[in-house]
Amino acid sequence: MVKSLSHPYIPNSILETKVQMMQEIGIKDVQELYADVPQKFRLKRRLNLPKPKPEHEVKRHVEALLSKNKSCGNMPVFLGAGCWPHYVPAVVDSIVERTEFLTSYTPYQPEVSQGMLQAMFEYQSLICEITAMDVANSSMYDWASGLGEAVRMAVRLNNRADVLVPEIIHPERLATLQTYVEPLGLHIKSIGYDPKTGLLNLDELKRQCSDKTIAVYVENPSYLGFIETQVEEIAEITHHRNALFIVGVDPTSLGVLKPPGEYGADVVVGEGQPLGNHINYGGPLLGLFASRGDTELIRQMPGRIIGMTTTLDGTKTGFCMALQTREQHIRRERATSNICTNEALCSLASALYLALLGPQGLKELGETIMTKSRSAMQLLSEIRGVKAPVFDSPHFQEFTVNFDKVGKTVKKVHQALLKHHGIHGGKDISREFPELGKTALYCVTEVHSDEEIERLAQALKSVVRRGNR
Amino acid sequence: MKGRVFKQACWDEPVILNMGGKGRRGYTLPALKKDTRKPVRDALTSLPQKLLRKTPPRLPELSEVEVVRHFIRLSQMNYGVDLGFYPLGSCTMKYNPKINDLVASSLAEIHPYQDESTVQGVLEILFTLSRWLAEITGTHEVSLQPAAGAQGEFLGALLMRACHKFNGNLEKRTELIVPDSAHGTNPASGTMAGFKIVVVPSDENGCVNLKALKAAVSERTAGLMLTNPNTLGIFETDIAQIAETIHDVEGLLYYDGANLNPILGKIRPGDMGFDIVHINIHKTFGTPHGGGGPGSGPIGVCEELTKFLPVPCIGYDEKHKCYFLDYDRPESIGKIRGFYGNVAVLVRAYAYILSLGAEGLEEAAETSVLNANYLMKKLSQTRGFELPYAKERPRKHECVFSARTLYKETGVRALDVAKRILDYGMHSPTTYFPLIVDEALMIEPTESVEKEELDRFVEVMKKISQEAYSNPDLVKKAPQNVAVTRLDEVKASHPKTMTLSWRMHQKRNVIKGAVP
Repeated sequence: MVKSLSHPYIPNSILETKVQMMQEIGIKDVQELYADVPQKFRLKRRLNLPKPKPEHEVKRHVEALLSKNKSCGNMPVFLGAGCWPHYVPAVVDSIVERTEFLTSYTPYQPEVSQGMLQAMFEYQSLICEITAMDVANSSMYDWASGLGEAVRMAVRLNNRADVLVPEIIHPERLATLQTYVEPLGLHIKSIGYDPKTGLLNLDELKRQCSDKTIAVYVENPSYLGFIETQVEEIAEITHHRNALFIVGVDPTSLGVLKPPGEYGADVVVGEGQPLGNHINYGGPLLGLFASRGDTELIRQMPGRIIGMTTTLDGTKTGFCMALQTREQHIRRERATSNICTNEALCSLASALYLALLGPQGLKELGETIMTKSRSAMQLLSEIRGVKAPVFDSPHFQEFTVNFDKVGKTVKKVHQALLKHHGIHGGKDISREFPELGKTALYCVTEVHSDEEIERLAQALKSVVRRGNR
Repeated sequence: MKGRVFKQACWDEPVILNMGGKGRRGYTLPALKKDTRKPVRDALTSLPQKLLRKTPPRLPELSEVEVVRHFIRLSQMNYGVDLGFYPLGSCTMKYNPKINDLVASSLAEIHPYQDESTVQGVLEILFTLSRWLAEITGTHEVSLQPAAGAQGEFLGALLMRACHKFNGNLEKRTELIVPDSAHGTNPASGTMAGFKIVVVPSDENGCVNLKALKAAVSERTAGLMLTNPNTLGIFETDIAQIAETIHDVEGLLYYDGANLNPILGKIRPGDMGFDIVHINIHKTFGTPHGGGGPGSGPIGVCEELTKFLPVPCIGYDEKHKCYFLDYDRPESIGKIRGFYGNVAVLVRAYAYILSLGAEGLEEAAETSVLNANYLMKKLSQTRGFELPYAKERPRKHECVFSARTLYKETGVRALDVAKRILDYGMHSPTTYFPLIVDEALMIEPTESVEKEELDRFVEVMKKISQEAYSNPDLVKKAPQNVAVTRLDEVKASHPKTMTLSWRMHQKRNVIKGAVP
């Protein structure tokens, strides 16, 4: 018996249509099209899933579930650590929702996909401008996997054995890097820091950096928010051993901070989420990936790269995927990476964001963030027993807050803030960096109002005053 | 022909870095209070001067209006599923329901490090979705972490590594087998995970050559990566013997989920003996592909492998009746990306499954197969095109035609046909894949297309065939109705002319022609 469901997403799920089509094929039942599947592999029951729901019920059901969440819109949240709250201009959402972009696939047919291709070329170009690098790809999954790919790219270039990373690095980023390089048998060595400033220990770096070093990686701003001020010296030490210098960035800092391309970076990775992408519970994110323009580096780059070209008759400019011979669909097991689906729509959002901000906007964004986080640090450090920041260094938007002298764990402080004051504190890093004591990582960006920062200070004061209860 | 007139917009839009005027801006930041001015100076003077940016980045200076118009114009030069037929083989370009975008938007401002008590809603969705995906694939547990299918494959290959290592024989297990008809990501992912790729040929039916497979397996075999139905759209009926061959040497069987759509609710990879399964959420579960991404590539595994899954998994605490992030997995391979997965994509998939239910998923599978076989039948009489491999067998989600005869007789290649299809307001099939078919056109209609549109596509193909035999130049000069005529892809990649950023263009200025 032929059945029919008539679902709005499935135009031919009408009995009459099916019968017509089956007659054309010469079958009486759609099941005949599965006749070649051995009986023992045919599922003899329905999947154990809910019954179909009309749209209204889907909406009600999902919204009811999601309304159980609290978001940065319901309460002040001072979390960063790899994914940061920023304002997303309405233009960004509005354009990203354009169905011509949203519902298109990877632009395998460039002539009919010029819109996305040009937007991706513009994204790459804008990333090159803010990082002062020559070439950027059109996206990696996120900062962490981008770092993994950057080190794999570096080892293809120099075939060495060790990669040096700072001890102060996001633990998830380090874990991802380990996963990406484990099959290659590379060694990841951590370089310690100056306990007073948090900055990389240059003596240790000099000792460890050798002709076995594939690459030296630093983050600027660092995971704990301070700015690594010795980048030029680090570049020199790295290049002295002919290793590659990989720099990880938060792009919102690049209107204020010197871009990595001006202090010797060979490869730049970073998180593009802050440039016009919502947090979305940590995904999708956007891996930035840029490199110097040497041909040998470009040839080893992972990921899709869009290039400018002309029509075959040379009369018009156009855009298409370039250097596809690096990619898996052409090169297969010899590809520079397996990446295929990337984060194109997030790059579109970032291109929009950078175009809206312009040079002045990006500078003001960095200044605003630095100013607000600096006033927050000042306010919090006035609370008795609280130290903010732990390190005596300039910070960008995140900073450490230490509660050693408060007599409460970070967890206790945070629960009190959340429960009694409706404020979400920073990330507890007491277990990640036990040597820093009872410490949390707070984040303040342009979205945090002066009132919210003041409220945080007052709430913390009250939580701390309650003593060890 | 009941064709339609199609002309894509052509705006000759300048590159955005070459637009705008001094002092214009598209966005203003909240003003700082007067008394916070001092911290601005302090903040900046606290930095060593050598670390300040001296020259501002050369970003364009544009008003909001200009930015909007620029990108809207670009959008009009882009073709998406919502515009029409998109039979890109192996990409499962089905309709992306609007309601799913709507419900996902309320996730926007939830931070991944928020206290678990404040994110119970999203955790419940992720937990339930992972259970549903396990049920659909017949696996024991699903990790939602991979950002895309290829990352899922990489993770899958890493799980094979972890399993062999755990059993103390990773040194021996150096080879990963893939069929010659496999997606390019399979060998690339296997290599990334440190395996040597061994390619097995297809047999005369386009399926895995069992004899060749048996000859290829040994104690060096770590596993086999396979998609079933395969890239020809043919079901690998020998799957039981294939699984046995691999399992006999203690290898693991990996299912490439790119072709999962036609078997939803009908056949489960786990039941066929697959140990590891990836799922392309953006294909099978109708989430928008965004011009290249974001996608999502969850991995399902058999019970033996669950302990190796990346952290965290989503758990449910029966005692406290709450969902939590489960990091307590000592044998875990660790992390393959930051945080937990492409959640905004996953929530859309949750809504999709909710809308279709068990019944609807099966209906989607069956209709996608019906559509593919209908097209195969109707196209089989088209002059110049032939159906290679197992003509008498039904296809599943897709069918692959060869334009070899057309090329031989008219000089018109599959590439030219693909470009000409664009002129008729449709997207082209995948071309030159799988590699075992000459002049391949790989056609996957999905279930999201009405019969009339399928008939229109058949007419377009017939018309192009006639054109090729009567006026081949017309086809070779296609496309003419889209934003640009055929592009010089060699120029885009040649070391002397490659121009990969505006910065490079300004340095090299080698793309002559009208650069707006």
